[in-house]
Amino acid sequence: MRQRIGAAGRIITPRDRPWYYNHKKHKNLLLMMLPGLLSLFVFSYLPMYGMQIAFRDFIFKLGIWQSPWVGLKHFRDLFESAHFLNAFKNTLVISGLQLVFGFPAPIIFAVLLNEIRVLKFKKLVQTISYLPHFISWAVLGGMFIQLLSPSVGPVNLLLKTMGMQPIYFLAEPSWFRTVIVSTHIWQTIGWNSIVYIAAITNIDAELYEAGKIDGATRFQQIFYITLGALMPVITIMLIFAVGKIINDNFDQIFNLMTSPVESVGEVLSTYSYKIGLVKMQYSFSTAMGLFKNVISLLLILFANRVAKKINDYGLW
Amino acid sequence: MKRIHFFDIFLFALMIFICLIMVYPFWNLFMNSITAPDVNMSVLRLFPERVSLSSYVKAIESGDIGRGYLNTIVRTVLGIGLNLILTVTLAYPLSKKHLPNKAFITGFVVFTMYFNGGVVPNYLLIRSLGLYDTVWALVLPHAVNVFHLIIVRNFFISIPYSLEESAMIDGCNEFQILTRIVLPLSKSIMATLLLWAAVFHWNAWFDAMIYIKSSEKQVLQTIMRRVVLGSMSGSANGAFEELVNPENIKAATIMLTVGPIIVVYPFIQRYFIKGQLAGAIKG
Repeated sequence: MRQRIGAAGRIITPRDRPWYYNHKKHKNLLLMMLPGLLSLFVFSYLPMYGMQIAFRDFIFKLGIWQSPWVGLKHFRDLFESAHFLNAFKNTLVISGLQLVFGFPAPIIFAVLLNEIRVLKFKKLVQTISYLPHFISWAVLGGMFIQLLSPSVGPVNLLLKTMGMQPIYFLAEPSWFRTVIVSTHIWQTIGWNSIVYIAAITNIDAELYEAGKIDGATRFQQIFYITLGALMPVITIMLIFAVGKIINDNFDQIFNLMTSPVESVGEVLSTYSYKIGLVKMQYSFSTAMGLFKNVISLLLILFANRVAKKINDYGLW
Repeated sequence: MKRIHFFDIFLFALMIFICLIMVYPFWNLFMNSITAPDVNMSVLRLFPERVSLSSYVKAIESGDIGRGYLNTIVRTVLGIGLNLILTVTLAYPLSKKHLPNKAFITGFVVFTMYFNGGVVPNYLLIRSLGLYDTVWALVLPHAVNVFHLIIVRNFFISIPYSLEESAMIDGCNEFQILTRIVLPLSKSIMATLLLWAAVFHWNAWFDAMIYIKSSEKQVLQTIMRRVVLGSMSGSANGAFEELVNPENIKAATIMLTVGPIIVVYPFIQRYFIKGQLAGAIKG
């Protein structure tokens, strides 16, 4: 870089430049980001600002600022509301079940798929298993309603031909969670296996050779080499899955839930939607959302920190 | 030399079984949609007793499917356009080391991934901005997807800076560098971004459900939901003595909604896999 000489013959160093020197130099870059940043500001940060209605008795006509401030009233109501506590419990139960059954499923699937040696068949299975990921729950909900219907659903028709009573899977509280967890696995098993399949392809083939020479059986190879090599990825994925435990799948549950199963199916997100936009208790619903989002944020930050500690892997 | 173990056969059978489970719900839906309306559906069958396309005709005639298609296409095209422009113009500066206040801006962007206002504040915002019941309520809030933004930014970082430097020496400004040098090198990531936005907007239903009031502005997914959840009165419909089976019509309506996705799915899935990997392996 050519040095510039100031008026008094002094060399101008970066220190002498005004603070906005770089901003001016890169004004095009800054200008370019303006629309994107503005959009994030309006559609992400303004709603955060709007969350203050959780501390007010929001009245639509008065707007945010004119609505009376009530402090923590809605949060106190929250913890006295049996509906909320039940929704909280249901969220944790459903997420917990999905973690216990849904988390290992794609790992097992990836490991077993890796044992398939016919490459074309393997690709076909992969492609088919990814399909449900691309379909909205509005569609999948309609599809499963028909599939599980007590009158025309093939599942119940099969039960009937075997001489059993039909089960109304989506209206029977004892069945609802099973349906949610199994359809969740059905939708995610293929897609979530992608990470593990990629990790398996990175395993050094020499490890398997060495294993064979040492006399490892195929199951021992799967168990010690494949699963062993997957362990770091599994740990990370598990940490993040635990970090998401309070985030229920609104789309899935909302599209499958019927009123007879609300006692076991109503979760935080569906309840917050109903109480907020259907019953128009804006402030109460926002208090609930704020409570949930703060926990969710803390969990994710915590998960990120743990992940970074364990093997220097984090989202950021 | 390879021996075929019992385990291999078991695996093959298991994988075929998994594929059948994956496909069967779609198969059942498709078969329901092409079953003739007078067929008794309470019998377990793999193929319909009689095939008829009348449910599709009914679904198209009776519902707002046509308008739904149009509205969905409008929101998808608008959504893609906005998403591409805003994502690229935000990702490119963020990929530059010398961007002033880079850490702060990155933090500003990334924080929105972890924390959001929730459904009621968003709804109130849309109403107070006057976007309620317009297509803008469906596209503007999703103009920037931070997760996708980061993947695009990482791609831009991987482009050798020397290419841009030489253009800079030739007197190009940043806008010209972006459109003439960087974007032509980023065709595959742009295609990926476009497809992500397209599938997202095609599938989105919740925002349309809460932000769109007028029935003539509804998108395909919400129209389909209404048909599926509605209790359409079956055979005794109006003056016509025509037999109508609501289950067939529901199935046909769902098929019309997912049809385009299922048709393009085999060709577009690889673009999504790339994104899934980029996101999972290193954020």
